[in-house]
Amino acid sequence: MNNTPIIVTEKLTKKFGEITAVNQLTLSVQRGEVFGLLGPNGAGKTTTVRMLAALLIPSAGEARVAGFQIGENDQDIRRKIGLLPESPGLYDSLSAEQNLAFFGSMYGIGNIAEQTQKYLELLGLWNRRYEPVGTFSKGMRQKLAIARALLHEPEVLFLDEPTSGLDPQASRLVREFIEDLRGEGRTIILTTHNLEEADRLCDRVAVISGHLLALDAPGELRRKLFGRKIVFHLLEANQELAGTLERFPFISEVQVVDNKIMAAVENPEKQNPEIIRALVEGGAELQFVGELRRRLEDVYLELMEANEDKNHGKN
Amino acid sequence: MERIKAIIIKEWREVFKNRFVLFTVSFLPIMITALPLVILYFAGSSEGFTGISTADLPPQFESLCGDLGGSDCMLYYIVTQFLLLFMMVPVIVPMTIASYSIVGEKTTRTLEPLLATPVTTVEILVGKGLAGVIPAVLTTWIGYLVYAAGAYLMVSNSAVVSKLFDPLWMIAIFVVGPLLSLMGVSISVMISSRVNDPRVAEQISGIFVLPVVGLFIGQMTGMILVNETFILWLAAALLALDIILFYFAVQIFQRETILSRWK
Repeated sequence: MNNTPIIVTEKLTKKFGEITAVNQLTLSVQRGEVFGLLGPNGAGKTTTVRMLAALLIPSAGEARVAGFQIGENDQDIRRKIGLLPESPGLYDSLSAEQNLAFFGSMYGIGNIAEQTQKYLELLGLWNRRYEPVGTFSKGMRQKLAIARALLHEPEVLFLDEPTSGLDPQASRLVREFIEDLRGEGRTIILTTHNLEEADRLCDRVAVISGHLLALDAPGELRRKLFGRKIVFHLLEANQELAGTLERFPFISEVQVVDNKIMAAVENPEKQNPEIIRALVEGGAELQFVGELRRRLEDVYLELMEANEDKNHGKN
Repeated sequence: MERIKAIIIKEWREVFKNRFVLFTVSFLPIMITALPLVILYFAGSSEGFTGISTADLPPQFESLCGDLGGSDCMLYYIVTQFLLLFMMVPVIVPMTIASYSIVGEKTTRTLEPLLATPVTTVEILVGKGLAGVIPAVLTTWIGYLVYAAGAYLMVSNSAVVSKLFDPLWMIAIFVVGPLLSLMGVSISVMISSRVNDPRVAEQISGIFVLPVVGLFIGQMTGMILVNETFILWLAAALLALDIILFYFAVQIFQRETILSRWK
């Protein structure tokens, strides 16, 4: 990943009549980054993707994709991006090969046959290339739609719910493929409801609900919202030992749960040795130390709850 | 140009796999070609019209029949009457194809990935339009040639048959036909952008066949005389209408509206 933003939005807004689907969204995506757009249904994820894919005209604000201004250089943007929409949108009566050949022509690529073979092989569909897409399983259709989005080697790839409705095996295949793409240095914008998937794949995520609620790397968001909790597994934990930790100014919270002491520590890498020393000196028999890892789902739910509270407060 | 060609081929691959469309596209031209041939078979010579004088025919026909006698003029009247029916083929066939191809994209949600490519609106509409116009015009021309060949074999008076190749009918079939096709496609595109079911689009588009039916009835009843002047004016009017309709079809085909409101 390099530090040149490939997507920059500035107060990007989209209204449909009275409804504001996206409200003043400002963000930037670095070249080569896998960027997650998270949010509940109706949060404006698909609308944002459609604006960035030059399919919808913003009502206000502006955005640049791959160096081109949305609304001014839409044809150039469409050449630079690949889109996997929510629904694969394939021609059922055409074969896999015919589908790709058609879209290859739309992108005006010169080596359609080569590119078709490359991606059908990569996605395990080469042997089914002559079969009508109507006979394909949902997973196969999704893979073919991904092949279509990549056919012209776009700089930016928009994947709208790429694993939605897929069985675990197909989801895994798609995820692995996205990981491979990340290795190629392509910029990927991923919208998903699968927070585990976003946590695993995304370098950074934006949590939106009409407007931007949070934007950072999943780990950073966890840290910002919940701090870092270190778990000290002891042979026997008690309140006295917990009390020895409370005197440290860098520990904000101490809890005893069974034979564990959990402490919210500012900088564990630096402060853990001091804490361990204090525990051992206090007579603790330390078995092992770990960090309590919050899931991205916890972060997401916390953000949504805070947003709801804020909205109710306004009302 | 490559994109338009690819759209046309894709449309044909898709649309002609739809049995209903295939039936409509093939049945109508076959019927319109076969029906007059059957009638001609039974009225193939002017002997059946012995005793008919030009005075018995609509007065304006006299100028069209030229040197033909009353009975031959009657036969010419029958032969050419059916030619107007051929004008329905280039209107109905592309309407069916265009209705299915555009609303079909809507219902199968294939438009979004297509619109995300660098293809322009004009390329999409020209491609889809030609995918309807080409088979319609070809079937009209083939039907006309089959009919002319049948008339040649069944009508004994070669003077009557030769009238089928008058500039009047050449313009009607080879100029007015394609222009009517373009009109049908543009109308279908406009209607398709407002409805969600191809059958509804086709039925509404069907209303626009009425002027052609009116022309047929008008000539049959003697209210309209389809002569060279009339057909030239008709061609000029259709050309202007096609340009206006295509302009509006492009205007109505708003990408944003399609994606946000076509559901």
